[in-house]
Amino acid sequence: MATSVSNVRSETLRTLPDDNVRQILWRFAERYDLQMLVQSAREVARGPVARLVAEGQRANHDWTDKKAELLDAFDQSGITAVFMDPEQGGYIAGPKNLALALIAFELAWVDAGAATCSLAGCLALAPIHERGTPEQRAHYMALAVPPAPGEDRVAWRGAFCLTEPIPYVGVDTGMLSGKLRVSKWKKGDDPLLQVEKRGRFITNMGFANFVTAAVDSGDPRIKGSCMVIIEEGDPGVYDRGTPTRKLVHQLSSTCDPIFNVFVPASRIVGGYTVKDGIIIPNYSHSEVIEAVFKRTRVTVALMTSAKLLSAVEPVIRYQRGRFRGSEQAKPGSLRYEMGIQQRQDALHRLAGLWAIGEAGASLGFAAARLYDELDPLEREKASILSGKDIHGGKTELKFFREVNKSAMEVVRQENSGQTNSACYTDLKADPLVQFALKDAVANVLCPAAKLWNTGTGSNAMREALSLMGGYGITEDCPGFLAYKWMDSQLEATYEGPEAVQRRNLSVTMTSELFLAQFRQWILEMREVAGKRPGTGACSIATAMQLWLWTYQHLQSATDADGGALYQSARQGVTFPLADALCWLLAARQFILDVVELETKGPEHPVLAEGLPGTLSFFTDLCHIQAARSAGEVGRICAELVFGYNRHPAWDEEGYKGCYRSDELDSLEGLIPGISSCASDVVGEDGSHPVKAGPCASCKGLEGFQRIRTKLDGCLTGAQLAKDRAAEAIAKVMIPEALDYPR
Amino acid sequence: MNQLFHIVVCASVVPDPLQTLEPVTGANGPSLKNEMMLPAILDPWAAHALYEGANLARQIAGSKLWLVSLAPKAKLQQVMMTAAQKVPLQLVAVDGPCGGFVDAHQTAALLAAAIRKIPELDFSRLLLFGGWESASRSAGVTLQLIGEELGIVDQFQGVDAIKPQDDGSFEVLERIEGARHQVSVCTGPPAVLGWATGSLGEPRNDPQVGMANMRSIMPALQRATAGTIAPDGLQYSNVAAPKQQRQTQIVKDKPADEIAREIVQWITQE
Repeated sequence: MATSVSNVRSETLRTLPDDNVRQILWRFAERYDLQMLVQSAREVARGPVARLVAEGQRANHDWTDKKAELLDAFDQSGITAVFMDPEQGGYIAGPKNLALALIAFELAWVDAGAATCSLAGCLALAPIHERGTPEQRAHYMALAVPPAPGEDRVAWRGAFCLTEPIPYVGVDTGMLSGKLRVSKWKKGDDPLLQVEKRGRFITNMGFANFVTAAVDSGDPRIKGSCMVIIEEGDPGVYDRGTPTRKLVHQLSSTCDPIFNVFVPASRIVGGYTVKDGIIIPNYSHSEVIEAVFKRTRVTVALMTSAKLLSAVEPVIRYQRGRFRGSEQAKPGSLRYEMGIQQRQDALHRLAGLWAIGEAGASLGFAAARLYDELDPLEREKASILSGKDIHGGKTELKFFREVNKSAMEVVRQENSGQTNSACYTDLKADPLVQFALKDAVANVLCPAAKLWNTGTGSNAMREALSLMGGYGITEDCPGFLAYKWMDSQLEATYEGPEAVQRRNLSVTMTSELFLAQFRQWILEMREVAGKRPGTGACSIATAMQLWLWTYQHLQSATDADGGALYQSARQGVTFPLADALCWLLAARQFILDVVELETKGPEHPVLAEGLPGTLSFFTDLCHIQAARSAGEVGRICAELVFGYNRHPAWDEEGYKGCYRSDELDSLEGLIPGISSCASDVVGEDGSHPVKAGPCASCKGLEGFQRIRTKLDGCLTGAQLAKDRAAEAIAKVMIPEALDYPR
Repeated sequence: MNQLFHIVVCASVVPDPLQTLEPVTGANGPSLKNEMMLPAILDPWAAHALYEGANLARQIAGSKLWLVSLAPKAKLQQVMMTAAQKVPLQLVAVDGPCGGFVDAHQTAALLAAAIRKIPELDFSRLLLFGGWESASRSAGVTLQLIGEELGIVDQFQGVDAIKPQDDGSFEVLERIEGARHQVSVCTGPPAVLGWATGSLGEPRNDPQVGMANMRSIMPALQRATAGTIAPDGLQYSNVAAPKQQRQTQIVKDKPADEIAREIVQWITQE
């Protein structure tokens, strides 16, 4: 990998990164099932989906027959069946987080509404998949899987119904107005339940045959909340409701449904037990939601990243062709060949956006892969705990205190290089320890990806649009960039808006297990930097140190009035710190992915030819992203560390930290030149320098200042990397035309 | 009862036509700029042959379909991620160069040798399918040469349809001058059919078909034999992409005959 020592690189990016590059970066080069899935999803995205967008189907929020054709396309291309296991009619065995992430990425490359439409079906099934009884899983998966050739049936579509009309709304409040009551309960029979639920913004509701709905008990004979399955034919009211008048994601169906139906108690997701005449659902609605959302949020995160990366090619083509056709731009002239790319700003900005897109994709796919690793461990954990008669709640928390200690010991031994001991080997092999370690990271990566990819991605999409000038905000804009920008606002909102993700992070990032691994990552980044200084890994390592210092400082620091800083209610502290962490995680993962490309790329015969240039460019993108992230982290941390101290004023208290002019005069005899060093000097008449007050004391913050100064120095070379990346973008060969709509 | 067929489709990979295809001349002769790095697809002409072949195999019970391809193995594997999802097939791969500047005679010899080695292939039932030309250089000779190597004398080019008869013969529709078709009846296999576009649309990708195919495709790729093509004196004096020319006139109320006459005049000037 090229280093930052020289600004001259012999090789540069020759073509836009292709599937071979992506497969290595995102670790599915060995998975031909996923490679085929990508091609399959791409064909649907750039064919039927793109045609619908081009035909203007997004102009209407109603679910139309034309839009409904997408469902068939999903079925026929295997997209629907991805969620199912082979025994349920699917074709991919094992965890499917990465598979679903790749589908979302491909569909959102063209239209995120189509991606939402596809994923909402999985979301409806997810509660059943994650927490359903074996009977529920077998039944509903079999209904939802597309019919095999020759099979005479229609696949069922599902919707997930959590969000409610204001004031309850959903996701994080823990409050529900939807109610579950016992309607009939004959002794020895399955109780018949009445479900009353009003939904809001429910995706797929225009055509869903079944709904997994979150409800609370409205009956003393039912304990707590749960999720329940409602079917279209259930007695009572199954009203799809009014279509939401949404301005985005119009290729998905969204309605505000109303349900008042009677269902058997066997429809409670995960089943129930009866104790003392009270129905106790095995899982509360929040337990189900937690299991579901922590996976599905990753796919949403990737949608925005896909759109940002999809903007690169149309923007380059627009920039190059900007002046073609004018009298002044003769073929062969610089103006004709390069267009706006003659100017540095156009290239620099595109390089910055591209880096954000890559970093987001790296973070999102890393999270998806982590959940693929976590899923089997979670099942094993559940089995082990069940064997010990531990069923969630405080007992599980207590049990995991010991597991976490073992996990911490693993990290400690790894840090001290004691990985040859039998103790380490045993602990590392313990599935519970493995679960604890991965879970601690996944609990951070998931909200981080959802928050950063969609939030920062949305801002970056706006900039991408601006690079197309006025063309960007027209329906004719190649790549549908204006739609993508608007859509990204929804991605930042649904499945838990930004505040929810920040709150989630502000808790999960304080986990000792996460922080222990975070410390390991600082060393890891230094090691990467040692071998590949051009990646900017060193600046990320220093920024991570600064973040950690700030986090630790804020744990005990107080504001000017003595109020504790790091506490749940103080979102002005916890939320920005969560934001800062996201920048670090994304930049780190991007660097690790490029290291993977450097390692595995040479083995790939197709890649070998252009690999040096591709690596060189990606290394520069990493550096750009690392520098930007380090800058953001430095700014946020400085604001938090200094911002809660009251600035000294020109008053008696403030004067205590100042020299008096007569004092300085007398000291000048003893220490010549001291006067020139003193900045805050108060005259005998009380005069003082014209500024806000005496400079603030940094007592106790020297550690921060030391790292911050170092961090600024770590940015050395970052702009040179940007110059190189810009030059590469100006030269890269792009296709003659965009490959969608097909 | 129709006679079953053993259908062998010869198809290689070509760069995605949307890419910038810029001929360059290197030490080994002409090639396309960044050729190995360009996304590839199954040659569209041969792809039509594949879909028609698969359709025929599906209609006549007991028929079999092989896809024989000479291409760089890694590139072929990438293309198979899409092509293998289209129809059920068995791959026979030869790892070697492909593209618009590779000697068609040597290519034909390698492919013919690979076809001869297919263990279950019954030559008396062989229908050799392929594109009547290719998207790489449109020379349109390789398939005919393979047929000759294999000693198949019944050859049809520009085929748009094949209709098997009950007596084992089949009717073939070939494109001829004047936007017309010539109808021929062939008494039976073996025969070579160089397909034009046929009449079938491109099948949708179906990962389930792909997964089933991949069980045999991945081993086939692993055991792909290396096919060497020697320079053998073949030289290209000049290579260039077809010229694009755009001349726009805005003319009102001109009779169609006159417009047609002008267009013909413009074309004949080229």
